[in-house]
Amino acid sequence: MRMNRPRVLIVRAPGTNCDEEAARAWGLAGAYPETRHVNELLARPDALDEFDAFTLPGGFSHGDDLGAGRILATRLATVLGDSLRRLVERGGLVLGICNGFQVLVKAGLLPGGTTKTDVSLAGFAPIEATLTHNDAGRFESRWTRLAATPGHCPFLRGLETLELPVAHGEGKFVARPAGALAALESRGQVVLRYIDHAGRPTEVYPDNPNGSAGGVAGVCDSTGRIFGLMPHPERFVNVIQHPRWTRRDRPLDEPGDGFRIFQNAVEALV
Amino acid sequence: MLWHVDISLAEGRAESEQRRLIAEAEELGLHGPWRITAGRGFLLEGPLDERDVARAADAVLVDRVVESRVITRCGVDARLSDADCAHTAVVHVTRKPGVTDPEAHSAATLLRDLGFAVENARCVRTYRIDGPRNAIARLVAKVLANDAVEHATTGAITIDRLGEGSKYRFERVVAKIRGLDDDALVNVSRAGGLALSLEEMRAIQAHFDALGRDPTDCELETLAQTWSEHCSHKTLRGKVEIDGRVVDNVLKSTIFEATRALNLDWLVSVFSDNAGVVRFDDEFDVCFKVETHNHPSAIDPYGGANTGIGGVIRDPLGTGLGAKPICNTDVFCVAPTDWPPDGLPEGVLHPRRILKGVVAGVRDYGNRMGIATVNGAVAVDAGYLANPLVFCGTVGVLPRGMSEKHVESGDRIVAIGGRTGRDGIHGATFSSLELSGESDSLSGGAVQIGDALVQKTVLDVVLRARDRRLFRAITDCGAGGFSSAVGEMAAESGAEVDLDRAPLKYEGLSYTEIWISEAQERMVLAAPPERLDELLALCRDEGVEAHDLGRFTDTGRLVLKYEGNVVADLAMSFLHDGRPAVVRRAAYRPAPFVPIRVDTTRDWSRDLLRLLGHWDVCSKEWIVRQYDHEVQARTVVKPLVGVRDEGPGDASVVLPAPGSFRGLAVACGLNPRFGKLDAYAMARLVIDEAARNVVAVGADPSRIALLDNFCWGNPERPETLGSLVRAAEGCRDLAIEYGMPFISGKDSLYNEYRHEGTSHAIPPTLLISALGQVPDVRRCVTMDLKARGNLLYVIGTTRDEFGGSLWAEIAGNSGCGRVPRVDAAVSRSTLHAMHAAIVRGLVRSCHDLSEGGLAVALAEMAIAGDVGAEVSLAHAPFEEVEPREPGTAASNDRALLFSESPSRFVVEVEPGLAAAFEGVFRDLPCARLGMVGAETDGVPRLLIRNARGETLVDLPVDTLRAAWKSTLDW
Repeated sequence: MRMNRPRVLIVRAPGTNCDEEAARAWGLAGAYPETRHVNELLARPDALDEFDAFTLPGGFSHGDDLGAGRILATRLATVLGDSLRRLVERGGLVLGICNGFQVLVKAGLLPGGTTKTDVSLAGFAPIEATLTHNDAGRFESRWTRLAATPGHCPFLRGLETLELPVAHGEGKFVARPAGALAALESRGQVVLRYIDHAGRPTEVYPDNPNGSAGGVAGVCDSTGRIFGLMPHPERFVNVIQHPRWTRRDRPLDEPGDGFRIFQNAVEALV
Repeated sequence: MLWHVDISLAEGRAESEQRRLIAEAEELGLHGPWRITAGRGFLLEGPLDERDVARAADAVLVDRVVESRVITRCGVDARLSDADCAHTAVVHVTRKPGVTDPEAHSAATLLRDLGFAVENARCVRTYRIDGPRNAIARLVAKVLANDAVEHATTGAITIDRLGEGSKYRFERVVAKIRGLDDDALVNVSRAGGLALSLEEMRAIQAHFDALGRDPTDCELETLAQTWSEHCSHKTLRGKVEIDGRVVDNVLKSTIFEATRALNLDWLVSVFSDNAGVVRFDDEFDVCFKVETHNHPSAIDPYGGANTGIGGVIRDPLGTGLGAKPICNTDVFCVAPTDWPPDGLPEGVLHPRRILKGVVAGVRDYGNRMGIATVNGAVAVDAGYLANPLVFCGTVGVLPRGMSEKHVESGDRIVAIGGRTGRDGIHGATFSSLELSGESDSLSGGAVQIGDALVQKTVLDVVLRARDRRLFRAITDCGAGGFSSAVGEMAAESGAEVDLDRAPLKYEGLSYTEIWISEAQERMVLAAPPERLDELLALCRDEGVEAHDLGRFTDTGRLVLKYEGNVVADLAMSFLHDGRPAVVRRAAYRPAPFVPIRVDTTRDWSRDLLRLLGHWDVCSKEWIVRQYDHEVQARTVVKPLVGVRDEGPGDASVVLPAPGSFRGLAVACGLNPRFGKLDAYAMARLVIDEAARNVVAVGADPSRIALLDNFCWGNPERPETLGSLVRAAEGCRDLAIEYGMPFISGKDSLYNEYRHEGTSHAIPPTLLISALGQVPDVRRCVTMDLKARGNLLYVIGTTRDEFGGSLWAEIAGNSGCGRVPRVDAAVSRSTLHAMHAAIVRGLVRSCHDLSEGGLAVALAEMAIAGDVGAEVSLAHAPFEEVEPREPGTAASNDRALLFSESPSRFVVEVEPGLAAAFEGVFRDLPCARLGMVGAETDGVPRLLIRNARGETLVDLPVDTLRAAWKSTLDW
């Protein structure tokens, strides 16, 4: 049984706090999740070679000190680069949720990927991106509507619109230089956007909770195999986690929208 | 060398920060025009040159995509740049030396790991201000910095080092108390901030006389901490003479008595551990604790609330062998936020600043801990001006069979987590004194700021160590620090502690300071010696500091040593049982009855809008959204419900055991307006409200556990203590009648402020928290109206009892009217019937009636459902209790709309289930009110008519929503 289940490494750092629900979501979707402390991985980075997928869950790694994800990104980037490249090259997947997305961006793995050869605008300076403080200036929890444009990102295959909660203070995606965002969009790397009631990508609060240009909520690298998003798919695997399930808008036996992201990933791996 | 890395904020953030600061200045009467550019930054100390600092800054301190930075060298010859000289002022704010600065600590650690020679770091906020010069000083003091914990520098930064602490040289200090007369004894207590009474000082003197020696400073401090009101609750455990009768141990004869009398088999550990524990299912127990952190929050709202939530999280973690915290609650009581800024007594912060500060404090700690904050409340009353109240609660889950702990002689005393500093020294004795205008300067040391990251790592390690059985007992370091934690754990045995083994934040602490420091994020474990190495290794792997401080013994003595010198040697029996019993006098008289001045010509629609905008009713979305209320993915009924995720849910529901559908509903009840009139009635009313809140979402009324938090004034005043005793008796009586046990509680007394010779006490305030068990969360119900055409019912009898009601307050009738009564028999049956109806799936929405009565409940349900409703009050069960003044017209309208009679619900039922629903309530007061779905020209409205068919309320739902949301729209 376990032979057919993809092995997923979930890494927890000081301040990570969504590791248990991320492991549950992977497990429900049919994967075999294992959670390890980052110190263990830093001591032996090639442990990653035993896994099919790598997940950086949400939380406040290192307390969000020096900017969300910055410290963990700095620690991982110096040690884990080769292992992650091998993982992606052999068809593995990398998922960063909320703080995990912030880590991937600040480590340069998003939008650049592990090779970082495809990150520059033709003839111009390299694309640099960050996730910075919400325009509202404070942490906020709320449910958002999202539109997926999966392209070749396996996590989002077959998904069009979905609802997921966000809970962050630093979720505004900014890329530079000018034109960088358009370049990412044209390459199909902007795969998840906040939308308004009419289903259009939005920059308007609160449908867009942080002020991200173009409504960016999630991006992938050029291979589609490294994916990061601010919303929390692991918090919506069962319909009773939806804020309006008591209104009976959705059947009680339907899985949550977030579950399908994990299910897609497992299908892509087996 | 000291360097300043001055970092500009990202565009959007700079603007929102400027808007926030200017708004706060204007609210406090500091009128501009202002331009305030906020920046962040770091001071870095070490043998670094400018290139090193630039590399360090770009590597980890600055986000170069959105920020820019300037590096300057600090020191006596530092000057502002020309650009900065053009501003009215440039102000830098740093935390005072010794105050926790976690981000600076992270920066220094990471930079050292990357090879930079950083010795010390501190965070700086820099404000470049243009505005009226004469208001700058007040702007800095009132808006930009808090003098209790922060230091503001105007102009260039001219210090050249971040000195912290200097070497401590051991000297054994003896407190000479033998032979002192009474006055001198009182002086020793006062001068040392010990809060010990004369009787207590005499008892200590007699004890040491018998031993033929004087106590050391450390022994005296240990006794003061252990005997403090905060730690020993000596008032409520003492003797009280009230109106001719004697109550021996108020807590035992009231709160504990209810639990004892009920003798329920699902209670696991009550009133004995850091949190009360009850059985949840075959695999798990759950526990709950609610604490207050009032005095620190008055002086530093952010730090006070921050360490308040941090402290209560350690309670479940220190319960049994360690429970995993799964959700938090928070309740704030503040003065009206539109208080005139120039009408504040000396040393008192503006209520708006307090509320913003405490919300931010809970947010930053709770979110970082990864614990969902799911329930809370805000109450506003002028009586909280100088004494705001901050209640924080935490629910935990632990595997069955792990609720008991014990220590064995020879077990190692292991301290894990944060280092010890001067933080919070005298917190326990400080909270047992009244505040005064000088409190902020006198008690700065009692204020602390938390470091949630440290505590999160402690949490992670404790649960892993628990599952590997690496310790036999655990408790948290709360008030009194090591002295309380070790003193309690070793109460039955004895302990020997080497204080010099405790890791310090900085040098210079004396042995006594180490022993009583209330530095945050520390836990004490009793580890069997053979498991010690494994425990220390686990902590090392997870990056948590752990130190072996000594051992538990069987000598019955508490022995403290510093560098081998004995600095305390106390008999545990004297420490825990030597305190002379407190005897206090109490008297109780409920407020005299004053009839409501009837006004028959009021505009009820206008009253409803005012009630919706009242602080106790209005939308708290601005607060709730700043908390992560879903982390851990357990929250299946959110705090905000309905079509737009904005409706005020009665209770939240969480899943303690993912995979199972059995849930926990968490809610509270609090109403100081009742407390001012009749403390006994208040206790019953707030229990009823808390219970109804959890039943309204689906909790089983036979599985509800209660927690009490009494916040009162100075109990040495007989009337104050009298109302406290009566409230406790109210708790006992209704808990027994409802069959709902108390499992834990806490009292906070001396919530008074001394100003110009008079003492101002808070209104008697009782928070009841309810933890209800939901058999199957898939049956849960929310309060938002669901569908047009469904029927609306009111359950329960309305009486014209307006005492303490919100309507009486807005109608200029504060203090008038009868305080509502709880009819326990009917109420209890109602709760059980409601649960039966919910379990059978007969209820589409359900809302409890509280502040503002039926009209407010209906309005909230319509707002949440974004749909209208048409209601007639003709058949609503009504009972007249207040004598009508001669010549006044008979009218139930006002009472049916706004009375706050307890034990009532509004329920929405599908027409096809109406007969079954009515069947469940056939022997109880229940009436059909009307229907969901009124609208005019497509605009949903709330329409309420009286028995004569006259329209009492007719308002668009959007108007209701606007009134409800406008108050707290910061």
